[in-house]
Amino acid sequence: MSSVVRKFDVIVVGGGHAGSEAAAAAARLGARTALVTHQRATIGEMSCNPAIGGLGKGHLVREIDALDGVMGRVADAAGIQFRLLNRSKGPAVRGPRAQADRKLYREAMQAALAEQTSLHIIEAAAEGLVIENGRVAGLVCESGETINAPSVVLTTGTFLNGVIHMGDTQTPAGRYGEPPSHGFTRQFQSLGLALGRLKTGTPARLDGRTINWSVLDVQHGDVPPVPFSFLTERITTPQVPCYITQTTAVTHRLIAENLHRSAMYSGQISSVGPRYCPSIEDKIHRFKDKSSHQVFLEPEGLDDPTVYPNGISTSLPAEIQEQFIRSMPGLSDVVILRPGYAIEYDYVDPRELDHSLAVKRLPGLFLAGQINGTTGYEEAAAQGLIAGLNAARQAAGQVAVTFDRAEGYLGVMVDDLVLRGVSEPYRMFTSRAEYRLTLRADNADRRLTSKGEELGLVGRGRADAFRRKAEAISSAIELASSLSLTSAQAAKAGFKVNQDGLRRSALDLTGMAGVGFARVAEHWPELRELPPVAIEAIEAEALYAGYMTRQTAEIAILRQEEDVSIPPGIDYLAVPSLSMELRLKLDRARPATLAQAARVEGMTPAGLAAVLSEIRLQAQVRPQAESQGTAA
Amino acid sequence: MSFRDTIYALSSGPGRAGIAVVRVSGNSAGAALDQLIPGPRFVPRKLTVASLRHPVRGDVLDRGMVVWLPGPATATGEDMAEFHLHGSSAVVASVLSALGELQGMRMAVAGEFTRRAFANGKMDLIEVEGVADLLVADTEAQRRLAMRQLTGEASRVYEQWRGDVLGCLSLIEAAIDFSEEDDEVDRALLLVRPRIDSLTKQLRETLEKSALSGLLRLGTKVVIAGPPNAGKSSLLNWLAQREVALVSPQAGTTRDVVETRLVIDGAAVMISDTAGLRYTYSDPVEGLGIARARAEVSAADLLIWVTSPDTEQLLPERVPDILVLNKIDLLKDRSIRLRNETDIAVSVRTGDGLEELRHRIGSIMRAQSEIAEDGIAVRERHKQSISESIRMLNDIQCTENMALEVMAEKMRSIAKCLASLTGQVDSEDVLGHIFSTFCIGK
Repeated sequence: MSSVVRKFDVIVVGGGHAGSEAAAAAARLGARTALVTHQRATIGEMSCNPAIGGLGKGHLVREIDALDGVMGRVADAAGIQFRLLNRSKGPAVRGPRAQADRKLYREAMQAALAEQTSLHIIEAAAEGLVIENGRVAGLVCESGETINAPSVVLTTGTFLNGVIHMGDTQTPAGRYGEPPSHGFTRQFQSLGLALGRLKTGTPARLDGRTINWSVLDVQHGDVPPVPFSFLTERITTPQVPCYITQTTAVTHRLIAENLHRSAMYSGQISSVGPRYCPSIEDKIHRFKDKSSHQVFLEPEGLDDPTVYPNGISTSLPAEIQEQFIRSMPGLSDVVILRPGYAIEYDYVDPRELDHSLAVKRLPGLFLAGQINGTTGYEEAAAQGLIAGLNAARQAAGQVAVTFDRAEGYLGVMVDDLVLRGVSEPYRMFTSRAEYRLTLRADNADRRLTSKGEELGLVGRGRADAFRRKAEAISSAIELASSLSLTSAQAAKAGFKVNQDGLRRSALDLTGMAGVGFARVAEHWPELRELPPVAIEAIEAEALYAGYMTRQTAEIAILRQEEDVSIPPGIDYLAVPSLSMELRLKLDRARPATLAQAARVEGMTPAGLAAVLSEIRLQAQVRPQAESQGTAA
Repeated sequence: MSFRDTIYALSSGPGRAGIAVVRVSGNSAGAALDQLIPGPRFVPRKLTVASLRHPVRGDVLDRGMVVWLPGPATATGEDMAEFHLHGSSAVVASVLSALGELQGMRMAVAGEFTRRAFANGKMDLIEVEGVADLLVADTEAQRRLAMRQLTGEASRVYEQWRGDVLGCLSLIEAAIDFSEEDDEVDRALLLVRPRIDSLTKQLRETLEKSALSGLLRLGTKVVIAGPPNAGKSSLLNWLAQREVALVSPQAGTTRDVVETRLVIDGAAVMISDTAGLRYTYSDPVEGLGIARARAEVSAADLLIWVTSPDTEQLLPERVPDILVLNKIDLLKDRSIRLRNETDIAVSVRTGDGLEELRHRIGSIMRAQSEIAEDGIAVRERHKQSISESIRMLNDIQCTENMALEVMAEKMRSIAKCLASLTGQVDSEDVLGHIFSTFCIGK
């Protein structure tokens, strides 16, 4: 038996979306990284719906990709139906989304990780952390093996004290058919970390060979498909459609009659589920006047008959599930491959973390994904990237790197999590981003790739491709700004403008209501030669030009307040001019900067002034105390 | 200095004072000086006499002392300008509104000068703590104004507006974030425009009313008017307890408007005595005086109409708030029949009835000031938030096919604009609204 203890810079526990991205990020920085997972074969598993992206989520995928993360490229390889959501709306709120072949996704993810030379995959069940001198020193496995590392990233998903509910039966499990984990929860409790419990659900899986497709509405993907990754030029995986069915009066009656048998309504589950992903029981109970709900039938793979019925997650007993599913058009003879269920699991209150996703009370420990109270593959992956990046930096003795709300959705998400905590599984929405018009899916690379390159996260190939694209865009915008018409010339050319004698550039004209790039390019033929990425950028810049100045100004204020840091030892409970409620909230959130303090729930300008005066007070008192200390 | 708005505010206490000081801080402070006082820029840090002109209309707003304080050696660390004005509410209001019309300028929010001074390390600890305590008192009161139900009308209305803005914003946000997940969100979008129309109408009406309530807060304009020789000036002198106006037995002694500030029965008023009104006169100067008197009558917040038994009976041009019959000592029969309940019979010569008149004025003033305290938009800042919101609502109304995310951006700005009145509007509030309205989730 080997007595040699394996040593790494970073250990990542979990091979889901957070874990894969964390391991890849740490490895890109050159950290010797171990990815510890039950089974190598389940790395990159999509345990719930077989889709990547969407509104807000698609933005996150683009940002991950801009930092050379793996999710975008993997989804491009596995995507079997691509749709750009909100295509009819403005570029800031368009979100790329794709149905993915689950097997192709796993294979592509495993291949992407295999490319990382400093990444080692270890098949083991993680049991607990090794803690030495108040900080993380490694990991203990169920087998008894210890692996050493100064940084550990936990991405345990729903495995912490996971319990699956189906009707009145409960089974301890982390995922369907996989055992839960208890060790970490006990350790967290003894560390005094605040824990909570959340629930989520998943629908039954159907056998597509038993569905009568001919009676269903069909939904095709975009032609041509819009990829996630800035590096993907073309989608080559075959594309397939989705189908739509809907609940009927019979479905509603069956569910209403059996509501008491649902784990969520019988009182077995008391934890909070997401409002935006309600079970079918919830939908029918809460929205009684809605007579029908849409159900999307999504293929799980090209050579896999499994179909994911999106919109009917449930914890009713299996036989009721079969009855109500068969009450929907096209599904009267359907065979259920696996019933739906609800799962309850522990999460760590994310206010225990700082903006680098490090646990404040235990140096060396980073958390990412559902363990932080979020939901969704994209949210998990984005956190994984930030945690993996910082775990590697910490192991190398470098300072933490964070992203703020003006840099990207990943900054918005982390800031929301660590300052406000969660009351339901946290999902990304575009409405959470106050700088939405600047944080677009189309410009994620222009926002983040340079920073990623400086950090060593972005490889040479992407960096070069990005520079070429950025140059093409900036020279195109320069061109569109230099071509201009007086109001009289514009009117003559058929543009409806005020006769105010002002010159308007091609960029200005593009942004005017009812004009658009195509019309402007009719007038200036040289604009027609521009590459599509440049045209896309011109359209977005032109449309939002009037709002950019204000957002830029707001961002400048944010940055300035970010520059005022709050000493970590500040005693909020003793600040006299703060209300008790605010003292407790600040003490809980422990903001690192004035800007963060301003975002603590319920903060008032007066409260902020009080915090500032306390910072100045401490800044004056502390150096004095220190100099006295050295004098004595 | 970093790129930020330039802010301004009345820095001396509110209400009447000998001098009022308006401070401006930020990058555009110098530009503001240049635009209000055309000509060469002042010598830094030297108090200079100057006429302030409206930047657009060009009329003189006030003549006062001005100082130009280039940063960073200033109170806030930024470029600053100070205007030392005549301390009347009208002057201050006109200068504030002139500043508000300049590019990149806005009214400071509570404590903002202090915050900037802080941010630039310009205040020492003791000043900081003192100011922080003051700020708490100020903002707490403002917060109460918005939150508390006690003040009634204002908080209810602000709360309702906030709800309306939030409601519209949630409908828009739902259509952006959830059109894939609920087929009803696009249809619900049709509700937005009518709701914006009705909100705009309410804001406009409030702003129109606020012109009066703001005036009430800072001092009511009381005008004494009536036919010549009815004893108007004598009445003013009695109320002021000094010889404010020249009096003589001759009709038409008062030619111009005589104005003075008084505390009557505990209420602050600006009271004016006017030339006696009559239709026929020989002197053109008297005619001018009468024209001014008429203007005063129509501008009065409270009109005291004075007649006497020995003057011609003249119908007032608007319904007076108090109808005074003076010189009752001239009447043999002391049992005068009063025409209605607002009539008060007095004799300035003997003092009969004057105390009753003073109480009557006081009680009307108090009733009005109670309305003012309960009223909406009594402060310049409130008015500014409301008119800024109206401007943005108009923008939405006037733009056809405005992109949804742009409309949302505008609604967020409106919400922010109203936020100083109602408390924070948070993205979580919007999401809460969406989830309670729509069935989200495929």
